[in-house]
Amino acid sequence: MKKANVKNYKSDQEVRWCAGCGDFAVLNAVYKAMAEMNIPTEDIAVVSGIGCSSRFPYYMGTYGFHGIHGRASAISSGVKVANPKLSVWQITGDGDALAIGGNHFIHVIRRNIDMNLILFNNQIYGLTKGQYSPTSKMGAKTKSSPFGTVEQPFNPGELVIGARGKFFARVVDANIKMCTEIFKEAEKHKGLSAVEVLQNCVIFNEGIYNFINDKKEKSDRQIFLKDNQAMIFGKNKDKGLMMDGFKLKVVEIGKNGITEDDILIHDAQENDTVLHNALINMHPPEFPIAMGVIRAVKEQHYDDLVEKQIKEVQEKTSIRNMDDLLNSGSVWEVK
Amino acid sequence: MSKKIDTIVLEEVVIKFSGDSGDGMQLTGTQFSNTSALIGQDVSTFPDYPAEIRAPQGTVGGVSGFQLNFGSKAIKTPGDFADVLVAMNPAALKANARWIKEGGTIIIDSDTFNKKNFKKAEFKSEKPFEELKLEDRNIIQAPISFLTKETLKGMGMTTKNVLRSKNMFTLGIIYWLFNEPLDLSINFFKKKFKKLPKVAKANEMALRAGFNYAGTVEALPRNYKVAPASIEKGFYRNVSGNVATAWGLIAGAERADLNLFIGSYPITPATEILQELTARKDLGVKAFQAEDEIAGICTAIGASFAGNLGVTTTSGPGLALKGEAIGLAVITELPLVIVNVQRGGPSTGLPTKTEQSDLMQALYGRNGESPAVVIAATTPSDCFYYAYEACRIAVEHMTPVILLTDGFLANGAEPWRIPKMDDLPKIKPPFAKIGEKYLPYKRELEKLNRKWAVPGTKGLEHRIGGLEKMEITGNVSYVPENHEVMSKQRAEKVKRVENFIPELKIYGDEDAHLLIVGWGGTYGHLLTALNEMRKDGKKVALAHFNYIFPLPKNTFDVLSKFKKIVIAELNLGQFANYLRMNFPSLEYLQYNKIQGLPFTVVELKENFNKILEAK
Ligand SMILES: Cc1ncc(C[n+]2csc(CCOP(=O)(O)OP(=O)(O)O)c2C)c(N)n1
Ligand code: SF4
Ligand SMILES: [Mg+2]
Repeated sequence: MKKANVKNYKSDQEVRWCAGCGDFAVLNAVYKAMAEMNIPTEDIAVVSGIGCSSRFPYYMGTYGFHGIHGRASAISSGVKVANPKLSVWQITGDGDALAIGGNHFIHVIRRNIDMNLILFNNQIYGLTKGQYSPTSKMGAKTKSSPFGTVEQPFNPGELVIGARGKFFARVVDANIKMCTEIFKEAEKHKGLSAVEVLQNCVIFNEGIYNFINDKKEKSDRQIFLKDNQAMIFGKNKDKGLMMDGFKLKVVEIGKNGITEDDILIHDAQENDTVLHNALINMHPPEFPIAMGVIRAVKEQHYDDLVEKQIKEVQEKTSIRNMDDLLNSGSVWEVK
Repeated sequence: MSKKIDTIVLEEVVIKFSGDSGDGMQLTGTQFSNTSALIGQDVSTFPDYPAEIRAPQGTVGGVSGFQLNFGSKAIKTPGDFADVLVAMNPAALKANARWIKEGGTIIIDSDTFNKKNFKKAEFKSEKPFEELKLEDRNIIQAPISFLTKETLKGMGMTTKNVLRSKNMFTLGIIYWLFNEPLDLSINFFKKKFKKLPKVAKANEMALRAGFNYAGTVEALPRNYKVAPASIEKGFYRNVSGNVATAWGLIAGAERADLNLFIGSYPITPATEILQELTARKDLGVKAFQAEDEIAGICTAIGASFAGNLGVTTTSGPGLALKGEAIGLAVITELPLVIVNVQRGGPSTGLPTKTEQSDLMQALYGRNGESPAVVIAATTPSDCFYYAYEACRIAVEHMTPVILLTDGFLANGAEPWRIPKMDDLPKIKPPFAKIGEKYLPYKRELEKLNRKWAVPGTKGLEHRIGGLEKMEITGNVSYVPENHEVMSKQRAEKVKRVENFIPELKIYGDEDAHLLIVGWGGTYGHLLTALNEMRKDGKKVALAHFNYIFPLPKNTFDVLSKFKKIVIAELNLGQFANYLRMNFPSLEYLQYNKIQGLPFTVVELKENFNKILEAK
């Protein structure tokens, strides 16, 4: 496929995030993914809610809609169902999607509307200057939790699965290459593709994802999952994942008689959620954090079913316009 | 059995069918009103559903009613008080006791008037008529259950199924009483129970038996005849306010050549609009039952952004939830229709009852300077035209429009002369031109609307949203002066809608001593009161508003001609205060009612007469 020029996807507006904000990298990855897939700019609609990340549409050379806080899922649902030919990208934050917009988030996933939902998880409310969010770790000290939070965070992937999601991927802002690749996977997948971006907020939550980005340690601390490939990771590709009863465990290849053949093969297309859920829930230090496409299951999607149903009904009906409807059923003449 | 029967000619009759939820009163009422409409009488109907969905059988809470007013003159309301009440059980009698005319007739199923049912209906005694002070009414005690069972003996049906036909026995009695033909209902049974010929037969037999019974019993010494009304020639159908609203929305989209998208969440009394639109896949309607009202309107906004005509339908509590998103439609200047079927409030209030108390919410229930057009429908059938109007204004002026109807209009029904789509003006969406440089907030001179650029169109890529935008370019802008410019432009754009709506007109006497002012769903009652007062020789006039924001341009000129103005509305004075704010130099009297019920013509006349007499 011929690549388009990245410049086509940029608007003329100055990008206004704090210097060093992870959002810049994600923006560039989105430009690249779109250009590499050569999606015509006029066929793209980028829809967001409110938050730092939600300023995104203004920086796109595509169609864009900056909505209201929490409602990006609903607005983008309307865009896609009304105009199913569009490639719809929903941009949302951890507050936008999981606090005020939690209801719409689970329902857009449940309906499996064909769009890419990019969730910027910086575990903080950036735009309102540093209050904790539904993904902030228990005990996080923030502007609105000076003594630490006393509530459990959501794990977004787990929510996606709970809402019967069919696609979930995780990437980290610092890895533009990975972001680009996964955004392309998300776009290719028919149905709702949820991508959690681990995003650094330099101002209010600096460094929370350093453990993944650390040059020396990152290959031990994360596993980049690929469909049909063994779940192997580590600097020396000597670690892998195996099942231990109903749980996952990390093993060392070559030790205790374990060979590459014993390592689990990733099956993103498996509809059963048990292993996907276990992968989503892996945390350091015991486990590497799972990156890449964790789940990508083919399933009918809402927008398409709507079109099909309309077509089916229209093939059978004798009512083709409003005049027909008005004169259908019980009608009488006054002479 | 050649009994001599006097037939008395009447101009107008109000009948109320009432019984337990399971007694089939809605069907019975609809059958009578369809027959009456078909033979050319004018009709207006109103169902009265039980407040509780599963109230225990036989209790007052479980009574379901259907009122209809039919006549040889123009009928504008379902009537205040019933000439004939059908009560299928004691609870139905109790629930409707205060709505029977002096000298009216009550027909009961005497088989249900027993100790057990008196207790369920919480009668203190076993003398329901005395207890309710109804002894002086013309009471006809017909053993309807028994006679239905006798009629259908030998059909091989269970007693339970046999008793299902007792409503048709009752309908037969009423058909006889008003000299109405049976064939329409018989054909209806045949069609409806095509696959169950036995049921069709049983209903027909019960209907005929009721008719014959009424013709033979001494209790009904005479019957009545209502002549056809002189109504305009043409094809007619029955339509309820909610269905008319749904169809008006489709009509609006069709005349604009747009796809209709509805995003809604069910809520009484608006749900039926959503249901009707979900059924209209044949006409390509995309209906989205959202997870809540906010998602409903937000999907509609997304749909409008994407080039559909987005609409959302709700009632008061839902409108409250939609407030923030209406503001989003105001600032993004997209077409959007919000239908609000008003019910009793605040909070959950009286969900099944009617009221006009969301006016201020519709006008002002949002943050910021957030002007949206507000219009109101006045009869069940004109919900069609005002839904179409809402679409026209929303699309051509690029603005959200709130259409107010109410529980009374929504559930009420009347015969409606079927319009032709070609008679409704085309709606012209102000699409941006391909090939021209697109500036999202560049305005058209006449209406001040911006242009609509639909995603999928090459070269018109742009970004809009909830943040304030620079005029013309549409870039995000915090420039103080620009905010003022944009606020004023948004206000002026909505104000200019006044140049594209009809002027306010007056019914009645130009030189009236009293001008009655109303808006929305009270039209039928106010007009009937006006006509009756004028018949009594009073000089009165009526100004009834469909267009609330902006008001018709001639509003002040009309109002200021009259010495006395009374504003009648089903709230505590919201429209009165709105007029006071707009035209403070005039003096306004008020007549308000807030009982979840429509006005009665009787109370209106009484109060207007008092005002006329006062110095
Ligand atoms: C109805 C409403 N409530 C509250 C706000 C204030 N607000 C704006 S953004 C935000 C949180 C943003 O956090 P997140 O979604 O995580 O985005 P981020 O800024 O971190 O990218 C809040 C509380 C608002 N704009 N609207
Ligand atoms: S506050 Fe944080 S999330 Fe927001 S722009 Fe600055 S660095 Fe980025
Ligand atoms: Mg955040």
